[in-house]
Amino acid sequence: MIAVVDYGVGNLFSLRSSLAAIGAEAVVTRDRGELDRADRIVLPGVGAFGDAAERLRETGMFQAVLDQAGRGKPLLGICLGMQLLFQRSFEYGEHRGLGLIPGEVRAIRPAIPEELDVPHMGWNALHFPKDRPRSPLFSGLEEGEHVYFVHSYAGFACAESLIATAEYGVELTAAVQRGNVFGTQFHPEKSGETGLKILRAFCALEGSP
Amino acid sequence: MVTKRIVPCLDIRDGRVVKGVNFQGLQDVSDPVELAAHYSRSGADELVFYDITASHEGRRLFTDVLARVASQIFIPLTVGGGIRGLDDFERVLSCGADKVSVNSGAIRRPELIREAAKRYGDQCVVLSVDAKRVDGAYHVFLNGGRIDTGMDALDWIERGVDSGAGEVVVNSIDTDGVKKGFDIPMLRDVSRRVRVPIVASGGAGSAEDFVDLFRALPGLSAGLAASIFHFGEVTIPELKRKLAENGACVRL
Repeated sequence: MIAVVDYGVGNLFSLRSSLAAIGAEAVVTRDRGELDRADRIVLPGVGAFGDAAERLRETGMFQAVLDQAGRGKPLLGICLGMQLLFQRSFEYGEHRGLGLIPGEVRAIRPAIPEELDVPHMGWNALHFPKDRPRSPLFSGLEEGEHVYFVHSYAGFACAESLIATAEYGVELTAAVQRGNVFGTQFHPEKSGETGLKILRAFCALEGSP
Repeated sequence: MVTKRIVPCLDIRDGRVVKGVNFQGLQDVSDPVELAAHYSRSGADELVFYDITASHEGRRLFTDVLARVASQIFIPLTVGGGIRGLDDFERVLSCGADKVSVNSGAIRRPELIREAAKRYGDQCVVLSVDAKRVDGAYHVFLNGGRIDTGMDALDWIERGVDSGAGEVVVNSIDTDGVKKGFDIPMLRDVSRRVRVPIVASGGAGSAEDFVDLFRALPGLSAGLAASIFHFGEVTIPELKRKLAENGACVRL
């Protein structure tokens, strides 16, 4: 069973539908016991980092997610959910994240050429670092498959945790992994068949009990 | 590089697609779920659903349809039509919309953009503008081009983006329905004013019109059309192949 963390941030309709479409059993919950019973966890999210981190704390889910990740349970952060995995964010002030992935979240505007629009919105090709093995999250994918992005901030300086990039004037962080902790800046639940393949791969990961 | 988005638009009245006429291999072209699935399989990058019903019952049918589409089709969905307040945002977002497009509701009450962007994020709020040339300027029109608000369209778009609209759909009344190509001069003027993704709408009559659009304005994000896709005059796979041959970056 998958626990989708409910902390009042974001629209979970398509995430629930896409998990149902691949035959995964999922509950949307903010109950610690439910998180404990789940064999994997998805952390969704849209909106601003500071508000989301605050809600995560208010609902008790900040520590609960850290505990479950610490036990080796597969965890997938999506979009803002991925950014929350980082150590800190500079979106409207400075905010502390879960610290499960090294690096920080910053605006993409100063990093990209001036003529490009923000948000980075639309379908972009995934590229995998050539100097290390492919993450199991992308085991079923070809280099260059397109996924759907919509974001104005991104993860930077995530070092060896970087498992996929997308080119938008510069190489932007598209996905990260550190052990059992995964994050995608793009929306697998909005990325057609490619997105469903990624969700299937996440559901097939072996986790520690 | 991020690809150019091709976006079919479906007008929905009382839960059925209006204008869905002539499709090979589809049993019921006025069934929004069947038509949406067809477009998704053909490579549409996003879908826009425009609710043109006025009745309460029609609205309910619309949200039922939206939920059925969103539970089966996993590409971004934008919803417009009759969006006047945050309760309308909530109604369509809870049924699977990813983005919500505001037009006359924001003209009547401009704070709607800021309120919605604050609650749901900039990426969720699309400003849709019907614009037409009047005395050497672009004016914002209401009711499909029948009422001139007198507002300057470029100023209005800039204000909407400053208030938090994360995307702008520019529908040129001057080229809409004429099928002789998108309004490239108007779109160029808009793209010089704002730095958010812009969706071109109004005037597509052939695949070449999309080629011309992205050649003239390589920074433009997306092209939207309705009838040429619904009538099968242009299919999405053919259109994308043609764009790719002409150097545009597309998702094939």
